[in-house]
Amino acid sequence: MINGGEGHRPEEIRAVPLRHPGRWAVTAILLVLAAMFVHDVITNPRFGWGVVGNYFLAPEIISGVERTLELTFFAMAVGVILGVVFAVMRLSPNPIVSGAAWLYIWFFRGTPVYVQLLFWYVISALQPNISLGIPFGPEFVHMSVNSIVTPFVAALLGLGLNEGAYYAEIVRAGILSVDHGQFEAAQSLGMRRSPLMRRIVLPQAMRVIVPPTGNETISMLKTTSLAVVVTYPELMYQTVNIAARTYETIPLYIMASFWYLLLSTILTIGQYYVERYYARGSSFALPPTPIQRLRRNFTTLRRVPFSPNASGGV
Amino acid sequence: MATPMVRAEAVHKRFGLLEVLKGITLDVAPREVMCLLGPSGSGKSTFLRCINHLEKINSGRLYVDGSLVGYEERGGRLHELHEREVCRRRTEIGMVFQRFNLFPHMTALENVVSAPVIVKKEPRAVVTTRARGLLDRVGLSSKVDAYPNQLSGGQQQRVAIARALAMEPKLMLFDEPTSALDPELVGEVLDVMRALAEDGMTMIVVTHEIGFAREVGDSLVFMDEGVVVEAGLPRDVIANPQHERTKAFLSKVF
Repeated sequence: MINGGEGHRPEEIRAVPLRHPGRWAVTAILLVLAAMFVHDVITNPRFGWGVVGNYFLAPEIISGVERTLELTFFAMAVGVILGVVFAVMRLSPNPIVSGAAWLYIWFFRGTPVYVQLLFWYVISALQPNISLGIPFGPEFVHMSVNSIVTPFVAALLGLGLNEGAYYAEIVRAGILSVDHGQFEAAQSLGMRRSPLMRRIVLPQAMRVIVPPTGNETISMLKTTSLAVVVTYPELMYQTVNIAARTYETIPLYIMASFWYLLLSTILTIGQYYVERYYARGSSFALPPTPIQRLRRNFTTLRRVPFSPNASGGV
Repeated sequence: MATPMVRAEAVHKRFGLLEVLKGITLDVAPREVMCLLGPSGSGKSTFLRCINHLEKINSGRLYVDGSLVGYEERGGRLHELHEREVCRRRTEIGMVFQRFNLFPHMTALENVVSAPVIVKKEPRAVVTTRARGLLDRVGLSSKVDAYPNQLSGGQQQRVAIARALAMEPKLMLFDEPTSALDPELVGEVLDVMRALAEDGMTMIVVTHEIGFAREVGDSLVFMDEGVVVEAGLPRDVIANPQHERTKAFLSKVF
């Protein structure tokens, strides 16, 4: 018998819910472990919570935080620019160009960033002077490398060049994710390679590129702490300095960790909104932001009655 | 007689060892609507893609509006054209794809506006006015701000046609424009194409829509295995095919 669903509707199912004793056991174990941890954190004086609080907003630390953010921003900027350039080069039909990009990625991805930083720090021992001019011909401008490669520049080069190698692979994956039909459509409209990349392919590749970019930025935020080795006074350098002076090592490391956690949390939130922006045109309706969800929870006080379309719900 | 819009002389195309086009010779006159029919793998789409140089031909000659496609003949030799020139000539040829290939990060209007602004450097305001007119002409004036994934297949294909027309081409290539559509959406796209044909656009249409070929086409070419098997007036070829392969194909399509 077939009918169109008209007429009698059977009563709603009210079954006895399944019991989950395992969940209760695991919850109990986790609660005990959490209580033990909190107890230790509160009663163990060696955490030095007072010291953590005292130094959290100290001028040296604040200036270190500012430099950490500065270095993160500029090193990522260098990395992103180099990454896009090398990704496009890697996909070039010219084998020399794509080979050069491959070599760059191979070298900078294959050596530790720590070693690269050290290298830039002592670069003047390898190359004391640089000059601008015609290769193997007359030179116009002379400069000593020591005066150019300050700790900031050394950190920027080390972190930026390394990031560029990783980022090139991320961008390349993004470009390869774009449907081949998009290239053809743009070509058939008479677009040349450069506008085709900038206006059609890269904006679509962004949907694939942005999530790992957030990852890379957060990773970069923490990797800047390696700039200690080139004596760039960012957050970790200042922390280590104060610790060497005051011997309050543990509380100061905790303090620095809190700063990194705070900053990466802010970046995570930023990443969420950037991803939403680049997801436009890819799904019918974007999920609500936490603020929108909160507002909705406050405005719809009554429970929405059951309807087959409103599946799940928050 | 006027210069043909498209002239193919013994066009051959190979992919590796596979010869896809084995000597295609045909003319398309200005304002003509030519329908290309044939089983899949017969080389229809490849031929279409050769006309705007998305594919390079291996031998033969292919002309659009009197000039060679992709090359220049100087001193008895062929010289490859610069990318700049290849692209400039493509602006004069509109192409519509089976899978629409709209730019998903742009609204319908932005899709139509993009190429004239980016490629021809036309002022955005001028192009926007023209683009709204085109979207109106394909019956989508209410969808200008919709993104492609908010549109049905038929609507997307009509935006794609408007996008191609925004470049003001002198020739339109359609590569199975209705093959990816639900049956009830085919009509709306064919209607737009019919109106375009009535306005005098030169069109080459790869299609399986026999009805469209009969009513709108000025000529019909049946291809199989890289050669033109049969060509003529659509009415004649469809009603009275001369070749066995044409007969077999038509009997399956009906």
